[in-house]
Amino acid sequence: MNINIKKIKLKKKMAAVVLISSFVVTAGIVPTAVAAGASDKLLAEGKAIAFSKKKGNCLACHRIEGGRMAGDIAPPILMMKMRYPNKAKLRAQIWDATKANPDTVMPPFGKHRIMSEAEIDKVTEFIYSL
Amino acid sequence: MNNIGIYIMLVAIKLKIVLRKMIMKLTKKIAVKEVVVALGVGALVFGSATVNASPEEDLNAFKAYYKQKFPDTPMNDFNNGVYSIDAGSREQWESIEEFPPYEVFVELGEDEWGREFANGKSYASCFGEDVAAIRPRYPHWDVNSAKVITLEGDINKCLKSNGEKPLKWKKGKIAHLAAYISYQARGQKINVIIPDDPKAQEAYEDGKRFFYAKRGQLNLACADCHVYQSGQHIRADLLSPALGHTTGFPVFRAKWSGKSKDGDGFGTLHRRYGGCNKQVRAKPFKAQSDEYRNLEFFHAYMSNGQEINGPAYRK
Repeated sequence: MNINIKKIKLKKKMAAVVLISSFVVTAGIVPTAVAAGASDKLLAEGKAIAFSKKKGNCLACHRIEGGRMAGDIAPPILMMKMRYPNKAKLRAQIWDATKANPDTVMPPFGKHRIMSEAEIDKVTEFIYSL
Repeated sequence: MNNIGIYIMLVAIKLKIVLRKMIMKLTKKIAVKEVVVALGVGALVFGSATVNASPEEDLNAFKAYYKQKFPDTPMNDFNNGVYSIDAGSREQWESIEEFPPYEVFVELGEDEWGREFANGKSYASCFGEDVAAIRPRYPHWDVNSAKVITLEGDINKCLKSNGEKPLKWKKGKIAHLAAYISYQARGQKINVIIPDDPKAQEAYEDGKRFFYAKRGQLNLACADCHVYQSGQHIRADLLSPALGHTTGFPVFRAKWSGKSKDGDGFGTLHRRYGGCNKQVRAKPFKAQSDEYRNLEFFHAYMSNGQEINGPAYRK
């Protein structure tokens, strides 16, 4: 028990150090290479999966900035944070859109394993950034 | 300003979805009530219950749907597929039709029609001498076998009964011959008859269920793309209306032509069904399977009254 509490305290301290140092870095207007890089990488991965014909193929139906020859079956992907204040709800929609509307033409990407859970996470991040 | 416009649009979309859901709920309730009433009436009057709409009612509803969806398309033009609903595509298609790339293969079909079997007979011994009269007879219901008979089915039946080797189902010679037969029947109307026979009705219903059922990993029904979303773009491709779908078969597709060594783009309706099923990541059924023949029965019936224009050029 004691050891566990100590470990947690240590983690908290480390997290605080990381947090403070990152503030220092941002405050110093030095490009936040590590933090922003990870996020950019994640978004780029999500975009690649979203645009891949074998995976998300979102452009088949949705217009998305940066995508060419998009279809017009479904609404364009924009202002997603306004449309989905709750990111989990967006992920659930991607995972199985038939739950909200059984007649939808949107494939159930998670339920039918068109994309893996990790891929859906990345696509969700990308879509949520639009 | 721009953002406000987009936001208004999104709200409108959301509203549309909500409204559609409400309407669906309402119609479902009504439908349930109607079924219950129909069951009651059916049980009272006939002692048995049939709740399916008749093929004729289906056809009228089908035509009315497309007429409303594409008010600028004359009813007798739907047999031209996407070219009936998009002026740009139509212009390209008309220029291709000036020197049709399929004609050389139709001529091969004519040769096949005239070919003498080892026993001295030819296809005319099975189909009659009047080539133009053949295509409008298919598909049709056969009482004896209680199955849907297709043109391709009868071509191979003819070959087998004359001791000849049957042809492969989806492309090549069978498609050339069917293309020649269709060419001769251009301008006549599709007139599929669903006889008042419970087994024929069941085959029709089976085809109808196939058409409206979601399938494959992508969970899409034929109707999703070719009824509800027809006229929309999937990527850059326009989705064709299902009305008039079967009139042009066998079709000559640019896509198939590009894939074959000699530029032969011909394929039968069942080749196309297989391709469509693969596109939604479903396991295709075999050409001339009960599933696809029943689907053809329904699908072709939905084009009743449309002119035969096979072989048609398609993208």
